[in-house]
Amino acid sequence: MPNIRGDAMRGLAVFISDIRNCKSREAELRRINKELTNIRQRFRADKTLDGYQKKKYVCKLLFIFLLGHDIDFGYMEAVNLLSSNKYTEKQIGYLFISVIMNSSSEMKQLIIQNIRNDIQSRNPIFINLALQCVANIGEREMATAFTNEIPRLLISGDTIDPVKQSAALCLLRLHRTSPDSLQLNTEWTARIIHLLNDQHLGVATAAVSLIDALVKRNPDEYKGCVNLAVSRLSRIVTSSYTDFQDYTYYFVPAPWLCVKLLRLLQNYPPPDDPSIRSRLNECLDTILNKAQEPLKSKKVQHSNARNAVLFEAINLIIHMDCESTLLVRACNQLGQFLQNRETNLRYLALESMCLLAASEFSHEAVKKHQETVINALKSERDVSVRQRAVDLLYAMCDRSNAEDIVQEMLTYLETADYTIREEMVLKIAILSEKYAVDYKWYLDIMLKLIRIAGDFVSEEVWYRVIQVVVNRNDVQSYAAKIAFEALQAPACHENMIKVAGYILGEYGNLIALDPRSTPMIQFELLHSKYHLCSPTTRSLILSTYMKFINLFPEIKQHVQDILRHDSNFRSSDVEIQQRATEYLRLSEICSPTVLATVLEIMPPYPEKQSPLLVRLKQKKPLMEAEPSGETPTTPGAHTDDGPKLADTAIHLNQQHQQQQQNGLLVSLDTIESNGHYNESTSYSLPSSSVPSAAPLQSAKKLLFKNSDIIFENDIIQIGIKVEIMKSILRVEFYYGNKTNSNLTNMSSSISLADELDPDLRINMEPIKSSIDPKAQIKQAGTIECIKDYGNLPKMNVAFFYSNVPQKIDFPLPLYINKFIEKAEMDSNNYFLRWRNLDKPDQECQKIFPAKFPMNHNECSQKLDSFGWSDLAGIDVNADNFCGAGILHTTAQQIGCLYRLEPNKQAKMYRLTIRTSKGGVAARLAELLEDQF
Amino acid sequence: MIRFILIQNRAGKTRLAKWFMNFHDDEKQKLIEEVHALVTVRDAKHTNFVEFRNFKIVYRRYAGLYFCICVDVNDNNLAYLEAIHNFVEVLNEFFHNVCELDLVFNFYKVYSVVDEMFLAGEIRETSQIKVLKQLTTLTSLE
Repeated sequence: MPNIRGDAMRGLAVFISDIRNCKSREAELRRINKELTNIRQRFRADKTLDGYQKKKYVCKLLFIFLLGHDIDFGYMEAVNLLSSNKYTEKQIGYLFISVIMNSSSEMKQLIIQNIRNDIQSRNPIFINLALQCVANIGEREMATAFTNEIPRLLISGDTIDPVKQSAALCLLRLHRTSPDSLQLNTEWTARIIHLLNDQHLGVATAAVSLIDALVKRNPDEYKGCVNLAVSRLSRIVTSSYTDFQDYTYYFVPAPWLCVKLLRLLQNYPPPDDPSIRSRLNECLDTILNKAQEPLKSKKVQHSNARNAVLFEAINLIIHMDCESTLLVRACNQLGQFLQNRETNLRYLALESMCLLAASEFSHEAVKKHQETVINALKSERDVSVRQRAVDLLYAMCDRSNAEDIVQEMLTYLETADYTIREEMVLKIAILSEKYAVDYKWYLDIMLKLIRIAGDFVSEEVWYRVIQVVVNRNDVQSYAAKIAFEALQAPACHENMIKVAGYILGEYGNLIALDPRSTPMIQFELLHSKYHLCSPTTRSLILSTYMKFINLFPEIKQHVQDILRHDSNFRSSDVEIQQRATEYLRLSEICSPTVLATVLEIMPPYPEKQSPLLVRLKQKKPLMEAEPSGETPTTPGAHTDDGPKLADTAIHLNQQHQQQQQNGLLVSLDTIESNGHYNESTSYSLPSSSVPSAAPLQSAKKLLFKNSDIIFENDIIQIGIKVEIMKSILRVEFYYGNKTNSNLTNMSSSISLADELDPDLRINMEPIKSSIDPKAQIKQAGTIECIKDYGNLPKMNVAFFYSNVPQKIDFPLPLYINKFIEKAEMDSNNYFLRWRNLDKPDQECQKIFPAKFPMNHNECSQKLDSFGWSDLAGIDVNADNFCGAGILHTTAQQIGCLYRLEPNKQAKMYRLTIRTSKGGVAARLAELLEDQF
Repeated sequence: MIRFILIQNRAGKTRLAKWFMNFHDDEKQKLIEEVHALVTVRDAKHTNFVEFRNFKIVYRRYAGLYFCICVDVNDNNLAYLEAIHNFVEVLNEFFHNVCELDLVFNFYKVYSVVDEMFLAGEIRETSQIKVLKQLTTLTSLE
């Protein structure tokens, strides 16, 4: 029997036991359904359920949910528990909400109200529960609701320590989920920073995490934390473990706090103040010294805790990258770990050494361990450790050891795990190109690479081989020679055939005088592989054949025979058929001189960053939160940025490669892939200049769109992109320089119709001061709607173009509808609300002639993109449109309803709008009256 | 930052799932399965760390239970490895020699322990004495 302790709810325990005793999935389902029916009845019938029973049933529902079943009721009862004055009931209520959190917006308001009551209560236990709930599920609305209360709790002298801890992390959560809504008063900064000094180490531990996040957003404002962090750290590492009884973990004083402090310091450069700096260096020195002391316990917990601090200290040393003695000491310490019995330590040492290898101070010191690392590659049992060894070899590679390292990696590749082969291939390819003194060596390595790991050679790799050969005259004949030799192997990887085929087509003539590789022999050798290849490779080989006609006119007849052969000329593969047909025709009708021009040797590729590096950065599948959760700007999400950037880069590369691949065919009319435009930029600049300034011909541009060009003349183009979040718009302006000279002294501001009583709060980041020729810069920020408005703000842009000041003013087409959020409702609800809005200024009606053909779908689309819903089936007349929206302003939420009635005979529309706030209806109607 | 904490048994039954990021329910289920597949194939000679999508899992096995913490790639592995152990020692003390069934029958209390020690994806309190004192106070309340 399960061992049930304490005052557990008996009914719950029995239910859990029942579930555990179920022999089958079906039995379990039956038991659950029985329970759900029971609970539903209890909730429905018994109004007199007491708190205990409510708690028990809500807890059962929670258990059922955690088993993986949907729960569609009981939310209200859970919320009711929040207002109980018993801890156990409140706790279950909060737990249910935190775990299931699927509440409607009305529920949300109720929850927020309950949380507020608890936060304002005098009971620290209740305050804590409420704060923990906010820390678990807090989002924008809670950030707005508690923007003052929670910071107060954090810095008030009356608050007890556990509440401070929760308050700090609660703020962190709100800061991460909605940085714009959480406004921290700058007067609080100093007090927040001083939490690092708090007597209670738990408060300091929680606070560092908050400060770390705030620092990332505003490093200057929180600069004072460096000093405090260093002195706190120093006090901990120089003290004996007996000084921190509660916070000593296996003889290590406050290891987690130390780690957090060391990480906090990695947000800043080394301290300028010499006394702080030397104190910090002493700390780091002490930590390194302690690592040499004999262990105080044989327990792994002791060494782990000690080394957790040590590794973080090494991270900081690497981050500061200025104290060569510390860097070398760190490297020696890691070198010892490479031989440690603990796999964890070997793994982490390899990982940290990778970073050390990048520093000029420690690069040489790292290289001393080459032998050990190569050994790790051969002997480690855990593939992830071997992976780290590969990473480190890659990082420590330079011209002096490249040949050895590449050779070792090639040897290992033959037996390496499948999971890391592709990455190894890339690394070998990159290193051998980067450090090649002799490109013959490079080619030898690359062909060997394709031979032993052909399946793992991605397209980028073999494209790159070809690029290198095409761009280097001195290796072309050698390339032709070894490619030819490689083809002689009885079994050839298809990637090898591609590379060899391409190279022979370009440079086969360079080895044709050798009687062992005459044109006919080359052709026959290549053709002996032809039938084993995929259609893509065959197409490529057909191009080679065509090139042969130019290089070796004597075998033209043979090539034509092949092209004419049914398997090509009538191939079921369209690409092959097309090439065969076109090539054949070309070879028949063109004079040798024309052919020579068409089939000319490939021009050198433009030198760019190797696509291999981009490929290497490509990441595994990502784990991302729901969009409703963290916004992309949260510091917590910064890890995502890397891969995303890499993705775009890859996208560009693929485009480029696409062209290269086509190039094999397109080369017939000389390749023009050089200098193609980066098309992924949202506002690429047109090459022809647009006639003089033309601000906003179609004035209401942005009415139905979220991005557009809002200004353009001969010099500059300004685009906007907005993203709506209730009363706040995330805005991005794009400024494109259309000229061939710099635009300097850029400034941009937005002025409001009434500065004294602003209806918008504008918060734009500073704009860059200059724009390079033909380049584009971005300026991001937010615009908050405080109350509804009619006059558009004005955009003022000024800059210098060839030393002549330019000034541009125009209305920013940010209409009030941008703040409307769609609302869905049924017809009862709709008409009920409609009837309630019956005061004269709540309604506005406009009758106007149709400007465009009266198309139902187009109208519907426009209404939809205007921001409110298009509710089908509400109006009895299917031709009419009805819908609703909520206009979000900071001051209030304004309900908006509309009805649009087309009259096709008269080619007229009647638009009626009703809004909960007077006057708004007229504004909206004005915006729409000439748009249909 | 901690992205989630999972306690699973060898068979893949989840004994605790604490999420610090907003995921869809389907996504949660997928993550649970992936983590299980990832850690159960590893043996004692392996490290306690595994790369996982764009994050990493720090885990430790206690009898039949796997305690897994998913953190950012640049987070401190050993600090989180010991955070797991610290958490387990607290559970052990709180439930007087904890076993898997304690976690099943008292799942709602386990969440309280987590909230005391980890909040908003960060380590909140590390002192076992302080955590246990607080938990004892809470248990004595009605």
